[in-house]
Amino acid sequence: MATGQLFSRTTQALFYNYKQLPIQRMLDFDFLCGRETPSVAGIINPGSEGFQKLFFGQEEIAIPVHSTIEAASAAHPTADVFINFASFRSAAASSMAALKQPTIRVVAIIAEGVPEADTKQLITYARLNNKVVIGPATVGGIQAGAFKIGDTAGTIDNIIQSKLYRPGSVGFVSKSGGMSNELYNTIARVTDGIYEGIAIGGDVFPGSTLSDHVLRFNNIPQVKMVVVLGELGGRDEYSLVEALKQGKINKPVVAWVSGTCARLFKSEVQFGHAGAKSGGEMESAQAKNQALREAGAVVPTSYEAFETAIKETFEKLHEEGKITPVKEVTPPQIPEDLNSAIKSGKVRAPTHIISTISDERGEEPCYAGVPMSSIVEQGYGVGDVISLLWFKRSLPRYCTHFIEICIMLCADHGPCVSGAHNTIVTARAGKDLVSCLVSGLLTIGPRFGGAIDDAARYFKDAYDRGLTAYEFVEGMKKKGIRVPGIGHRIKRGDHRDNRVELLQQFARTHFPSVKYMEFAVQVETYTLTKANNLVLNVDGAIGSLFLDLLAGSGMFTKQEIDEIVQIGYLNGLFVLARSIGLIGHTFDQKRLKQPLYRHPWEDVLYTK
Amino acid sequence: MARKKIREYDSKRLLKEHFKRLSGTDLPIKSAQITESTDFNELAEKEPWLSSGKLVVKPDMLFGKRGKSGLVALNLDLAQVATFVKERLGKEVEMGGCRGPITTFIVEPFIPHNEEFYLNMVSERLGCSISFSECGGIEIEENWDKVKTIFIPTGATFTSEICAPLVATLPLEIKGKIEEFIKVVFALFLDLDFTFLEMNPFTLVDGKPYPLDMRGELDDTAAFKNFKKWGNIEFPMPFGRVMSPTETFIHGLDEKTSASLKFTVLNPKGRIWTMVAGGGASVIYADTVGDLGYASELGNYAEYSGAPTEEDVLQYARVVIDCATANPDGLKRALVIGGGIANFTDVASTFNGIIRALKEKESKLKAARMHIYVRRGGPNYQRGLAKMRTLGEEIGIPLEVYGPEATMTGICKQAIECISAAA
Repeated sequence: MATGQLFSRTTQALFYNYKQLPIQRMLDFDFLCGRETPSVAGIINPGSEGFQKLFFGQEEIAIPVHSTIEAASAAHPTADVFINFASFRSAAASSMAALKQPTIRVVAIIAEGVPEADTKQLITYARLNNKVVIGPATVGGIQAGAFKIGDTAGTIDNIIQSKLYRPGSVGFVSKSGGMSNELYNTIARVTDGIYEGIAIGGDVFPGSTLSDHVLRFNNIPQVKMVVVLGELGGRDEYSLVEALKQGKINKPVVAWVSGTCARLFKSEVQFGHAGAKSGGEMESAQAKNQALREAGAVVPTSYEAFETAIKETFEKLHEEGKITPVKEVTPPQIPEDLNSAIKSGKVRAPTHIISTISDERGEEPCYAGVPMSSIVEQGYGVGDVISLLWFKRSLPRYCTHFIEICIMLCADHGPCVSGAHNTIVTARAGKDLVSCLVSGLLTIGPRFGGAIDDAARYFKDAYDRGLTAYEFVEGMKKKGIRVPGIGHRIKRGDHRDNRVELLQQFARTHFPSVKYMEFAVQVETYTLTKANNLVLNVDGAIGSLFLDLLAGSGMFTKQEIDEIVQIGYLNGLFVLARSIGLIGHTFDQKRLKQPLYRHPWEDVLYTK
Repeated sequence: MARKKIREYDSKRLLKEHFKRLSGTDLPIKSAQITESTDFNELAEKEPWLSSGKLVVKPDMLFGKRGKSGLVALNLDLAQVATFVKERLGKEVEMGGCRGPITTFIVEPFIPHNEEFYLNMVSERLGCSISFSECGGIEIEENWDKVKTIFIPTGATFTSEICAPLVATLPLEIKGKIEEFIKVVFALFLDLDFTFLEMNPFTLVDGKPYPLDMRGELDDTAAFKNFKKWGNIEFPMPFGRVMSPTETFIHGLDEKTSASLKFTVLNPKGRIWTMVAGGGASVIYADTVGDLGYASELGNYAEYSGAPTEEDVLQYARVVIDCATANPDGLKRALVIGGGIANFTDVASTFNGIIRALKEKESKLKAARMHIYVRRGGPNYQRGLAKMRTLGEEIGIPLEVYGPEATMTGICKQAIECISAAA
């Protein structure tokens, strides 16, 4: 393992598994320290490439995203730190891949729960290749004023309070990541601050050990004293004891091993960290504290006296003139994020989108305020869901049942109508489902399927103005407009469309009023006197009956009904219904493996 | 989390199943587990060997020295085994200073034998060590000088040369067999993510190695890789760790959330109680009370971390306060609501849950003459601490509040001064 500096003000890292917050926190730290280059050179996000936008101070920068570790290392040969935010499942494999890159010197593994055997492979590889592994199960580490790994040292406020934006004289190493934050603060309070702090992680076999880092600190001239926070369990502290005894460390070491309370527990206990397991006497906090004390470290009698011990050690060094005075700097102000500023009530920002029909933010999604569980438990149907999402209210069952009947009746009308034809042609061209569906839907308009809305509009206008069927039809004729909803290619007055009859029958039984339908029937009676094929068709039936539904349910104001007719809700009904058929035609063609459709030239009249 | 002891029954089950997979040869291991829910007739039907020969029965409770403690019964038939178990099932025993009931037994064929070998494998930082002795059994400690140990660095191939020191002194006719056995067991040790494995002793039955006693520890973080291989594995609590109803409640809460909620009562009559945020800090708070000489007054160990929801914190704090305020005796008590400087946990919002619990339990806190000491830092700590101060005034309970400007464990000292001051 490296024996001196791991980081500097120009160190750059590759960040594995894109996580916006930790990267942004690293960049904020860079800005605070007055670094010229961001400390994250590239991001590796398996399976995606491109750029991620992040802030470097006030400015936005784009950090390249690579899909593999190899590609990222090749693109950023000067980045020698690999920060691994992979899950415990994949952390070992990605860390090994990173260690194998010649450009990578340090790998920090954040995940907790990496299998011991996997970490051991990493340790062995790192030892043989003179590389450093920090973690697993760690927050990382920090070189004050230079480089910070991920989430180390917490919030910007804490970083400023602990003066981590400029180097001090204390090297710190601990097992616990959470406690390192506390100690950065403590050390800043009683000394000139941290030079470098490393949390080695709470696992039984950390990638690098307390003593590895203490020995490294011993070789860094700027580090004048070392603070160590150990923990019960494991033997790691004893290699530090050995190093002290062998005189390998010539800087004062202030140490405390936590976990003296383990003896209060009756049976074996496992504290929060995997390595913190009360076991044999050697591994107890008491024994380790004693051994460290005997080896020459400054070991207080309790954690409560730790701060004083650090203070006294520093003051002694200061008196001996061994401390170079720190040049105090005022770190720049980091612009506050909009989100946190909004949260703290400092600023407000307008939204760009407004939505009123559904909300997925709570425990379960709601349609118009009705939670999904009630929709399922109360046996709602598609008609009820349409009524919630389109009309924003729960309509009576007969209404939603009517909507469902309309959808069923309009779902398909054979392969020859223009929508289905388009879909079939598209499917045979080998296109995907969505392309096939929309190519069919795009034919829906004034000539195909669009008549329901128009029928409703004209019938409503005529009826509301008190016109007779005669006045209405003749008025339309004068304007040169065909009456929508009237007329059929095949059906005749003596052979009416049974879909129309079914709808009318349902409405007569269930609707409180069918005045618009009666008007439509009067119109039909009149048009039939003109021609036998001018029957009320299914569009006209749905259009007029929908008016009765809206007016008769008593759940809509007149204004709302006008709006529904104007916006074109009924066309929506046709589009929704026909989508079912168009999807069916797509699947049908694909299942039949039909080849590309080419229209026969015999069927085209070529002319000038 | 991490290294977990498994029952002897499971160790042997894994050995038998995977020895065959890795070597192609079968080990003649037979063993059955007996618990409160075991139906002896069903068991005898499933494991016919139980009815056809003499048996050995012993507790399977993660503690050793069973032979020396008279808890192993040899040469019994199944009816005698049933009687032996019935007399002891659920009965408390004391082992190594821990008391607890025996809930699980292992029963196996009785195997008369001469040889007793010792085999031990331990995962270490840079590899694994393997120890072997031909003088195994209950006298192993007396014969420790005969134990030979080798070290296999991570990634190294386990060759006969490396193995040689272990088996060098064995008679020629069994040397090869035992070397092969050690090699397969080591392959199995690595393959199944064992961190510790011991057979003391194993013997030879019809020339085949047979473990009479076995202990194992698995790395439970490797569970995601070993789901199939481990099968239905159980990680029992250490022997003697019996949870009280309140501890069980918190344990249940802990299992349900992604956060960490830990609670252990150390002394129900203690007068200093703690409720501390963070794994590292919680240990240090408990340490400090002890290191300052008041271990005997420490009521509990309690840790909450990993951003628990307000509701979780509320339920958790209720339990801690209930235990801390039980059986008022007129003497002062102290509740230490501590924590380091949080990285990203919102201090104000976690404090909301604690504040709600404190409000609910106002009268209990007063009856127990509780003094409350708070120390915490981190995101939004100013707001959290201010709310705590307001609460103290509101409910009229002595409550002192400190932020990151104070030492983390200063409030332990204050709590001690509080309970030791004259009433």
